[in-house]
Amino acid sequence: MASAVMNMTTAALDWVSVAFDAPLARAVVFGVHIDGHLVVEVLLVAVILFQLTRKSYKHPKKPLTEKEIDDLCEEWVPEPLHPSISEDMKAEPPTLESAAGPHTIIDGKEVVNFASANYLGLIGNEKIIDSCVSSLEKYGVGSCGPRGFYGTIDVHLDCEERIAKFMGTPDSILYSYGISTIFSVIPAFCKKGDIIVADEGVHWGVQNGLHLSRSTVVYFKHNDMKSLENTLEKLTRGNKQAEKMRRYIVVEAVYQNSGQIAPLDELVQLKEKYHFRVILDESHSFGVLGNSGRGLAEYYGVPVEKIDIITAGMGNALATDGGFCTGSVRVVDHQRLSSSGYVFSASLPPYLASAAISAVNYLEDNPSVLSSLRSNIALLWKGLSDVPGLTIASHPLSPIVFLKLKKSTGSSKGDLELLSNIADRMLKEDSVFIVSTKRSVLDKCRLPVGLRLFVSAGHSESDIHKVSGSLRRVAATTLAEHL
Amino acid sequence: MVRLPYLTALTTLFSYGLLFAFGQLRDFFRKIIDWSKSSSKDLKGYAPICLGLEDFYTRRLYLRIQDCFSRPIASAPDAWIDVVERYSNDNNKTLHRTSNTTKCLNLGSYNYLGFAAADEYCTPHVIDSLKKYSCSTCSVRVDGGTTDLHTELEELVARFVGKPAAITFGMGYVTNSAIIPVLIGKGGLIISDSLNHNSIVNGARGSGAAVRVFQHNNPLHLEEVLREQIAEGQPRTHRPWKKIIVIVEGIYSMEGELCQLPEIIAVCKKYKVYTYLDEAHSIGAVGKTGRGVCELLGVDPADVDIMMGTFTKSFGSCGGYIAASKEIIQYLKYTCPAYLYATSMSPPAVQQVISAIKVILGEDGSNRGAQKLARIRENSNFFRSELQKMGFEVLGDSDSPVMPIMLYNPAKIPAFSRECLRQNVAVVTVAFPATPLLLARARICISAAHSREDLIKGLEVISKVGDLAGIKYFPVEPPKHETQGHKELE
Repeated sequence: MASAVMNMTTAALDWVSVAFDAPLARAVVFGVHIDGHLVVEVLLVAVILFQLTRKSYKHPKKPLTEKEIDDLCEEWVPEPLHPSISEDMKAEPPTLESAAGPHTIIDGKEVVNFASANYLGLIGNEKIIDSCVSSLEKYGVGSCGPRGFYGTIDVHLDCEERIAKFMGTPDSILYSYGISTIFSVIPAFCKKGDIIVADEGVHWGVQNGLHLSRSTVVYFKHNDMKSLENTLEKLTRGNKQAEKMRRYIVVEAVYQNSGQIAPLDELVQLKEKYHFRVILDESHSFGVLGNSGRGLAEYYGVPVEKIDIITAGMGNALATDGGFCTGSVRVVDHQRLSSSGYVFSASLPPYLASAAISAVNYLEDNPSVLSSLRSNIALLWKGLSDVPGLTIASHPLSPIVFLKLKKSTGSSKGDLELLSNIADRMLKEDSVFIVSTKRSVLDKCRLPVGLRLFVSAGHSESDIHKVSGSLRRVAATTLAEHL
Repeated sequence: MVRLPYLTALTTLFSYGLLFAFGQLRDFFRKIIDWSKSSSKDLKGYAPICLGLEDFYTRRLYLRIQDCFSRPIASAPDAWIDVVERYSNDNNKTLHRTSNTTKCLNLGSYNYLGFAAADEYCTPHVIDSLKKYSCSTCSVRVDGGTTDLHTELEELVARFVGKPAAITFGMGYVTNSAIIPVLIGKGGLIISDSLNHNSIVNGARGSGAAVRVFQHNNPLHLEEVLREQIAEGQPRTHRPWKKIIVIVEGIYSMEGELCQLPEIIAVCKKYKVYTYLDEAHSIGAVGKTGRGVCELLGVDPADVDIMMGTFTKSFGSCGGYIAASKEIIQYLKYTCPAYLYATSMSPPAVQQVISAIKVILGEDGSNRGAQKLARIRENSNFFRSELQKMGFEVLGDSDSPVMPIMLYNPAKIPAFSRECLRQNVAVVTVAFPATPLLLARARICISAAHSREDLIKGLEVISKVGDLAGIKYFPVEPPKHETQGHKELE
């Protein structure tokens, strides 16, 4: 056997050597001698190349089978739509049984009402009610359509002209609800890529508008002009791109969450220095500030053309509903097609528009109502200056008098409990109706909570003495352990 | 569904192309003129409000036909309205009012049950409530804005719709935008119909949840999307979704179609997702007793988690409501921003809704409610069948009071609108961006206040104008007379 194998191997070797000694094998290709080992090397290189071109082993991707998807769907357990209802969620607000004027009826008893933003005392005004009645008889209640589709009634156009004339601006536009005004105006002008600088104490409507606009939002410290200047400087320093982007500053004239007033003169200086446009929400200052009620610009003596966009809700001083926005013709015309709350929503009921016209007429004819409001606020300040445990945190001219705890309990929930306690006791024991701030879980504002009193020009001196006396008494007893 | 003929599609595209080209040409000349004039000093350093092509459509296309939109009226939006005439000195850029009015048949307002003008039962009650409560409470609901009228309305709405509890707001748009962020947040998924209204889109965007769209009114595609999404989980982390809400509408206002509610509810129940039904156009207008699509399609209200609606369309007032279980409503009253920060609904408007619902339910002692409901159903079906007989392409299901007539070509929009106005019929035409670019349409809204004669006059005018504008895309073949002749002979 061994010899047969030996013979075969020798025969193979002989064959190989003959092959290599063959004239083909002894050829010279391009100056390289073809030798035995060269063939082996070429073969090796070929094998290496072959391996390199093979894909590395990956786990094969299998899509989920129908049965697996069924199983996953079976297993999935959704969260409930609402969290479990705790006791404080069940509290119901008091129900009014008459008009929300300076005196109203709750549970059959007459109470002094400091919870309605009825700054000029226009609730129950005869002239306004008469104009509403004639409007109801002519137009019915609703307008049954958006502004673009036969929902524009001549009363709306009259109201827009009246407001523009009163404010001294070229044009204005009406919205059908106070809170939707600001969160429709902001996304109409600010798009992705724009810069907005906003005060950190703005109310939810403004926050929602800022979120919907998808622009870059930077907040500055509440009502602090130094902080605003630093922010503007940081954003525009060395930033060539900033020239092409639209830039806005969003502030409120009288802040709902704190009762502070924005310093418009410094704001306008900053805006002109850094080339930003200003969006000003005058919901609580229209019809209140200024010698004739024309708002923050009149109060500071700033010409109204310097403010680019002014919005206001009419549910406060004008004692009606809806909102308006005024500014230059370009600003107002742009909103008629690109503001979602204007285009996609039914228009304001006509009787509310005629109520707004009558209210503005009344304000222009009787500017003395503003001085009664101012004296009421001053009187209330005097009365509340020595309340134990609470301090006044709002501006002396703000019609929202904001009281906060001198010493906080440490959590805003604890503060709110104490304050709601005070408000409830005042209603039950002394028939005085005031309210504490309530925050939604969606609200991003972190300012301290407090008690709010809305002063009206219709309040009498005795009302104001009553509320200060009651607050002093109830605060003393409720906060006794806490002080 | 829309059956768009090829020739029409080509001509429409060509028209838009031509308008675009002319617009660009005018922009070019405008740029040259502006460059030679110096720009005003006030706006130096400020970026313009609209850059480049952002408002191209407004400036070059919309302004040409601006007089077809936003027509002011000088009367209540009833069956007949007084349209104010306007004129323009600068080629439609600005329009000025005159004091002349024309009396026109109103086929455009959302006045389904005819409560728009002064009503014999509702208006005295409304005026009484105005004198008692004044026109506003100047306060938010949670502070001093809740009157006994508001509580009465919420109970009445809950009873009418068939849910345990309800909450009302002063504006329908705000209802959607402020409720959806409360119910769902980051980590949740919203699946909405591709043709949902802008308020739902805004609410979904404001909530922070992920949003997916399913093909319009297609329960099979909805099931596909649901299976895929539940299996995948959240993007990138693949954690399971916290909750999923499907949002649909009862009647889609631009299509006139009813939602395929029973199938969609079945799919949602199978996969344990929540449903949100927006009945803005269908509450009060469809269904035997006016209770909306649930009644019409035989769906139990308890199967829909959240039902939303507005009072603007069928009740002649303003505002919106949400009806759901007691716990959800309690939670909303605790934290919904529209309840905590927005002025409460105006008391006379509340009273109007209360009176309107009482009329519909027959609780005012008459059967006017039942008459109105029967009349709107008859009117809608009559009008739709007549339009289809004439050869127009009409969308929408039967029983729905909203009827879009397809126009397609951009030139036909002002033609149809202006010619109808000249013959004293007021119609609404809708174009891009409310509808897709090629699918412009005229939308008719029928009301219970229209009498048979009004509808016949409207049909005559529309037929005449339709012939002039060439929009009878699907003419019906006249019946052959030979078969009749045969029968006579035999």
